[in-house]
Amino acid sequence: MDVIKIKGSDDTPNVILDAENNIIEFSGRSLPEDVVTFYAPVIQWIEEYAKSPNLKTTVIFRLEYFNTASSKILLDILLKFEDIMKEGHEILIHWYYQEDDEDMQEAGEEYSEIVDIPFEMYSY
Amino acid sequence: MENVDYMKLIYSFHQEMINYNFSLVYEGEITHQITKAFTSLAENKMDSYSEDISMKKKVFHVMVECLQNLSKHSEEHELRGRLGDSSGNGIFIVGRLGDNNEEYHVITGNPVDKNKVPDLKALLEKINQLDKEGLKELFKKQMREGSLSDKGGAGLGLIDIARKTGEKLEYHFHDMDDTNSFFLLRTKISRKIE
Repeated sequence: MDVIKIKGSDDTPNVILDAENNIIEFSGRSLPEDVVTFYAPVIQWIEEYAKSPNLKTTVIFRLEYFNTASSKILLDILLKFEDIMKEGHEILIHWYYQEDDEDMQEAGEEYSEIVDIPFEMYSY
Repeated sequence: MENVDYMKLIYSFHQEMINYNFSLVYEGEITHQITKAFTSLAENKMDSYSEDISMKKKVFHVMVECLQNLSKHSEEHELRGRLGDSSGNGIFIVGRLGDNNEEYHVITGNPVDKNKVPDLKALLEKINQLDKEGLKELFKKQMREGSLSDKGGAGLGLIDIARKTGEKLEYHFHDMDDTNSFFLLRTKISRKIE
């Protein structure tokens, strides 16, 4: 499978989608001008990955900030991984938040309430 | 207008901005580039007087969501402009209030189609009636059930603003003409919350 590596900017996140090395990671800031276009290749990659996923997949979120338009897309991404889990594969979410960032912590907790995937929360 | 009157107008405009502590007033199209410029301007300014980090984050967050609402409107407006509507673009204001500057105000104003006013009012009233837990549930529901429009709006912005600030949304609809109302929204971000 192709590896996707997107270098982040002040309004787009770093994205690593690497099936071979089993790294799926989102970090930085997400408030792209056009969220749908920005995340389209990411969604596409996950749909492809779902056809033959690794036995165990850990998805890492280490975001500093995301706007509400991104929050909807992040849920879509999580739901795609939930589908993979329903097919019998192991999925784990690592949700990182800055120690004093209650909003980011709460955002992770809310996602964990909506999707049926185990979350591990880490402050840094 | 006479030149002197015009210059006086500029002066009184300046005085009004100072009286009301408006640090930013903008009328016109809101693009992504402008959103980035305004938010980084505010960040730099807040850094310059060592604003605390949670306040900074809240102001940034509210500004992004407000500007995003306006930019969606700007695109609609452009479309309507081609159809001969001259209701104007939006206005965006940031002010700093209170005896110790403990409060930030982010104000937006834009014309909206009168047909859309009842739904918008209903949403605003609903948001203002909910407590912290209620807003959280509404946000989650909207995230699950809402779909992203072409412009990336997910109907989450207003809910999110109310959650992040812990304040009621202050709004007003001003009649413009047969088809448009001017929608004003004032968001307070206060250091006293938590």
